[in-house]
Amino acid sequence: MSTNSIRTAGSAAPSTAQTTAQTTAQTAVAAFAAILLGSFLLYGVGFAQPQQIHDAAHDARHSFAFPCH
Amino acid sequence: MDLIRRLFTAALVAGVLSGTAASVVQQATTVPLILEAEKYEVVTPPPAADGHQHGPVREVGEGVPTSAGEAIQRVGLTIAANLLTGVAYALLLGAAILLAGRPVDARRGLVWGMGGFVAVSLAPSFGLPPELPGMAGAELELRQLWWLAAAAGAGAGMLALAFARNRAVIAAGVLAAALPHVLGAPHPESAEGAVPPALAAHFVAQSLGCAALFWAILGASCGWLMGGLAGAAEPRAAALPQAGAR
Repeated sequence: MSTNSIRTAGSAAPSTAQTTAQTTAQTAVAAFAAILLGSFLLYGVGFAQPQQIHDAAHDARHSFAFPCH
Repeated sequence: MDLIRRLFTAALVAGVLSGTAASVVQQATTVPLILEAEKYEVVTPPPAADGHQHGPVREVGEGVPTSAGEAIQRVGLTIAANLLTGVAYALLLGAAILLAGRPVDARRGLVWGMGGFVAVSLAPSFGLPPELPGMAGAELELRQLWWLAAAAGAGAGMLALAFARNRAVIAAGVLAAALPHVLGAPHPESAEGAVPPALAAHFVAQSLGCAALFWAILGASCGWLMGGLAGAAEPRAAALPQAGAR
């Protein structure tokens, strides 16, 4: 999909292809950063077992159907 | 950098909106049932290393807040956890939307949100129904692992069905979605718990209902806020005819 459009654009205008390659890299970096932070937050709020974290998130964990205790 | 900032801003706003809505609805639906169930909960610690069995560390009903301060603190912590859950899921959903590279708006975001609901609420609940405090469950780590496998598998399966062209990839996605359910969720040897079954049944429905509302708001707001970002992810599709003019 987007890879094809990169190549089409690239053959006509190299500068456009360069910009698109940069955009693709930016997309990958942004998505990776979001996945990393999202997973970290989700682990903390839904899975981490230290007593204080568990107690603080207790009602939210049950409501969202995370396995709690 | 601009893309990261805009993605994270969209996820933050979408997470706060959905987490706030979930907090309001939970206080009227699931939380009263959790408090009710805690009246039946008795926590017994595992036997000590020397084999000596201690008595229950919590008496019946001890988990229920007794003072206004305790109750307010508990509600506040639950709201904070809901907001964090919203932001966490919004980051993951936003990343998936960005990687898919298709244009989004509020209505398409709603479909993405329903996908999120199926992946992390409905699919895990199919094997491990939302449980109240005091209900019997298998070992926690096993359940967490199965929950993750069911959610990730369902998510991968739906993404493969929606976006993959290669039949092998689609088949692998469907297999990943089905496998945790074919293997079966970990359940305790005896399903007996102290919580009345009617209470547990009511909780399952309300938990799923809250999650559906949460995901609808999360998806729609993510799609709405990421409308401009989808253009960044697939920039030339719309701009191709004017490419020479740039």
